[in-house]
Amino acid sequence: MSELAWIGTALGAARPQVVGALLRYFRDLDLAEEAYQEACLRALKNWPQNGPPRDPASWLIFVGRNAAMDVVRRRKKQRDLPDEDAISDTDDAETSLAEGLDGAQYRDDVLRLLFICVHPEIPATQQIALALRIVCGLSVPQIARAFLVSEAAMEQRITRAKARIADANVPYETPGAPERAERLSAVASVLYLMFNEGYSAPNGESASARAPLCDEAIRLARILMRLFRHEPEIMGLTSLFLLQHARSAARFDAHGEIVLLEAQDRSRWDRALIDEGLALLDKALRHRRPDPYQVQAAIAALHARASRPEDTDWAQIDRLYATLERLAPSPVITLNRAVAVSKTRGAADALAMIEPLAPKLSGYFHFFGLKGALLLQLGRDAEARTAFGQAIALARTPAEAAHIRMHLDRLQADAKG
Amino acid sequence: MLYAILCYDSEEVVEAWTKDQDDAVMKRLGAVQDELRAKGRLGPVARLMPTTAATSLRKGRETIVMDGPFAETKEQLLGFYVVECESLEEAIDTAKKLGGASGSHGTFEIRPLRYFAPNGSSPT
Repeated sequence: MSELAWIGTALGAARPQVVGALLRYFRDLDLAEEAYQEACLRALKNWPQNGPPRDPASWLIFVGRNAAMDVVRRRKKQRDLPDEDAISDTDDAETSLAEGLDGAQYRDDVLRLLFICVHPEIPATQQIALALRIVCGLSVPQIARAFLVSEAAMEQRITRAKARIADANVPYETPGAPERAERLSAVASVLYLMFNEGYSAPNGESASARAPLCDEAIRLARILMRLFRHEPEIMGLTSLFLLQHARSAARFDAHGEIVLLEAQDRSRWDRALIDEGLALLDKALRHRRPDPYQVQAAIAALHARASRPEDTDWAQIDRLYATLERLAPSPVITLNRAVAVSKTRGAADALAMIEPLAPKLSGYFHFFGLKGALLLQLGRDAEARTAFGQAIALARTPAEAAHIRMHLDRLQADAKG
Repeated sequence: MLYAILCYDSEEVVEAWTKDQDDAVMKRLGAVQDELRAKGRLGPVARLMPTTAATSLRKGRETIVMDGPFAETKEQLLGFYVVECESLEEAIDTAKKLGGASGSHGTFEIRPLRYFAPNGSSPT
């Protein structure tokens, strides 16, 4: 790897810690970001000459802090600029700073930074956008592409989120243990949203545009896991991401159409990601503190463990969905459970299970898709046709509609034949 | 003499590589391995999963199972090679080649092997 590529990676890896620490000093998101950028520029000049510092994050925090102090002073017009040499000669100071920065402080800085992004006054889509901008350092065009909105709209969304934070009087003190646990869950939920935003792309083309969201969610989950070492929730979350992301190469065909789990070419699943996901899930489960992420990861793990679709342990998946229904009840989870039930107990039981959901899921594409498929299995073709028709009306993407139309065409052909 | 070449590097940085960067590194390392293999000098090679995937047993009056290792060090053990070399000099040369191929800034520790059971055989 070239020197510059290595530096780029190191700068990106250190970003959450550095911006988090600078935010602690200056309590100003824009200034913290500017200071980080400035420190990066200096790193690009300094590191190739002097070699990489022992602790890149500490170096960047130190240099960034000095740079931002310049800015603050300049704004106040109180003092002249300090000598540039004095800033670049940071070796001793940097070493002592590195020693002074312990893991606990890193943890709090990154958590604070993420927590600011999940501020309750900010809507979820803005939370994700802000986290991508501030914590991951994605550019506005990149984020705009991922959310399929214009750059101007995304710029506005981020600006608004920042303004809300500035107005909201966000606390900067180190949170106590209960607050930290609570915040960590809030942060986990934004990462979960971020990953899903990337994962549930409407068609193949934008799947590649949104893939960075999945990568960033995984990267942040890994950082959190490193910082919060004994949190099964974060292990489960990361495991879930890895197991899902492992299938990404097999999820779309050459035309960008969705390939359902059962039809996917399992040789295209990423074994390394699956193995790591399984290892993390095993670790998480040892803590005996189940939560929805761990259960979802366990379901994904059962799919990952089946080398052929017919090897899938549907009975276990049914039980896990039952657990999930208890931990986080939702009609969508019951709908998913019905798929497992249709495999273990048959279409009639599954249909009985989803029928009560109709009032809650009357606007949900997948409800009618599954209903149609179950009716079809039961030979109730006319009712199946109606359900498929309702599904098509609710399809959000051409790929979804095309998938249902395939069922309808088959029904048509059967009727003729 | 058999040597273990242990690869230490900042896990944080290595994990931040993109898939393409990672693939490129593995490809270059593969070329060095092929060279050693052709000479019949290459033993087992392993890349470890990140320390976040690790579990430790701490022995004591009571054996404790812990997550980690999470040593507060800047570099972590990421993988290892077992190679046969005539001398320490040759082992150092080999490590240099591997280091050049990985292009990263980590440390290679060269440790002569005391005991080696490639087929799971037990010590005699």
